[in-house]
Amino acid sequence: MNQHLTFLPILLPMLAGVILLMPPFGSNKSYRRITSVTLSTFAFIASLALLLKVQADGTQVYAVGDWSAPFGIVLVADPLSTMLVCLTILLGIVCVLYASAGDDEKGSFFHPLVHFLILGVNGAFLTGDAFNLFVFFEVLLIASYSLLMHGGDKKNTRAALHYVILNLVGSAIFLIALGILYGVLGTLNMADMAQKMALLQGDDVYLAKIGGLLLLVVFALKGALLPLHLWLPNTYATALPVVAALFAIMTKVGVYSMMRVYTLIFGDEAGELSHMAQSWLWWLALATITMGAIGVLASKDLRKLTANLVIVSVGTLVALIAVQTIEASSAAIYYLVHSTLVTAALFLLADLIGRQRGNVLDGITAGPPFAQPRLLGVCFLIAALAVIGMPPLSGFIGKVWLLEATLNAEYTYVFWPLYLLASLMILVGVSKAGSTVFWHHEGEVTKSGEQHRVHPAQLAALIILISGAPLMSLFAGPLSEYAMGAATQLHDFNNNIKVILLGGQ
Amino acid sequence: MELLYASCVGVLVSCGVFLILRARTFPIVLGLTMFSYAVNLFLFSSGRLVINKAAVLGHSSEYADPLPQALVLTAIVIGFAMTAFVVILAIRGRTDLGSDHVDGQVQDKNDKVEV
Repeated sequence: MNQHLTFLPILLPMLAGVILLMPPFGSNKSYRRITSVTLSTFAFIASLALLLKVQADGTQVYAVGDWSAPFGIVLVADPLSTMLVCLTILLGIVCVLYASAGDDEKGSFFHPLVHFLILGVNGAFLTGDAFNLFVFFEVLLIASYSLLMHGGDKKNTRAALHYVILNLVGSAIFLIALGILYGVLGTLNMADMAQKMALLQGDDVYLAKIGGLLLLVVFALKGALLPLHLWLPNTYATALPVVAALFAIMTKVGVYSMMRVYTLIFGDEAGELSHMAQSWLWWLALATITMGAIGVLASKDLRKLTANLVIVSVGTLVALIAVQTIEASSAAIYYLVHSTLVTAALFLLADLIGRQRGNVLDGITAGPPFAQPRLLGVCFLIAALAVIGMPPLSGFIGKVWLLEATLNAEYTYVFWPLYLLASLMILVGVSKAGSTVFWHHEGEVTKSGEQHRVHPAQLAALIILISGAPLMSLFAGPLSEYAMGAATQLHDFNNNIKVILLGGQ
Repeated sequence: MELLYASCVGVLVSCGVFLILRARTFPIVLGLTMFSYAVNLFLFSSGRLVINKAAVLGHSSEYADPLPQALVLTAIVIGFAMTAFVVILAIRGRTDLGSDHVDGQVQDKNDKVEV
């Protein structure tokens, strides 16, 4: 049992999805909701157990079907991937809980689809095989296509059409990249690829470079890096907010894949190709931060604003990946968790705010007053402080850490002013949005606003997400130690090879 | 054989890209299908093109690599499902947006774009 623990974060969401498709859960919605939340809690417990095991015994390698690497597919649960798996499942619980207040009835199969999405995301985090990464990407994408259409209208169809077509082209490019890399390296196991990369000679080096840069295109598309970010604001703003909150983890899958590929495969030991994507990543990240910050200032409603904040967070993370030091990676890991939680919280808040303001919805204009101004106001304040990066919440710690980590990077004199200016723009944008929405009122509390008081399930979900910001700054010590450990392991080439390929001998 | 194979892939990719850039859902579906055929052929060739060799690692220096075939099979299955999905989505887009243009715009005879 214990050795199969690594597989449970993939297996349990799959079982949950299948169980929720069974007849008794199709007709009775309260059964369905309770089962869905319970099953995701089981998955969360399993992932926490895995986290403890990884903490105690080090990286876990699970050979699927007992075919050892590099011939079979292995799942690698190192501190980084395990932590992200826990984060994904937690986000899943929150979204299932939130949707149980009524959003899940707006279309069919909400609960099974959420579990299948989590299956795909967890698989992408855990797998140690490049082709298997592609397969899990497709699993999470097809679930996301359907979730995107959940409870949708015409605007939604258009955004979904763009999203689906772009991602299909992305998948095709992914396969071409994998084909090139397999052609020159003769393996698809990531650790084995890393090992063979240094041995390449002659023209093969250029082929491998083409493959690696094509992979960059794919991950930039998934992670919404400039200039492939244009799909994101529309897609996230037209999706149901609870779905958008769940999607907060999906751009991070792209970022995580970059982290793996460009630190392990094209890292220090890759010979001629070491750090070959670094300069691309760096400048693209800076451009992404700039575009995201401009988008924040230009947003007309809260959901678009949050979508642009997601773009800024992707830019920040990619800039940290481009630095490629242990310190920068650990800052990236901390910032990744923080930004996922806080953007998800903002999407949910935008939904709650929109419900209580009648026709104005979540637009950043004067509207009718709220039925529950204090509750929503306090939650928004906390989330806004965290996302801007004001002390004492997690955003501030993340920001200080990442500034410190980039201190010795090559182009710091570009990054620091640009990043701080972008922070200022976010500060202006978010505080303008907050003050307009919460302080400028017209007319009376609407009837629909009274009817849409926050449901207990919604409140619970929101509190779990919002409390992440103060908790992450309260426990910043142990968390940063964990992030440092995870980053050290990520950069430790020889140890990765030893653990994954040789079974730790 | 290599030249023929490579030009096949190239022609398929260029047709696919051209059709995708038409920005209308039906050509896009066709374009994506062609693109995925090209990708499948390309993946197949990543194990090198060999004729009349056993598909397992033997003692001989030349063999047909069985792994790309497994990869292609997976890619075909996934591509099939995705194409089915995009066809359904295109039909829904046609009814929801009133046009088969991906941006939902209607183009009249004089090529003026109306939203």
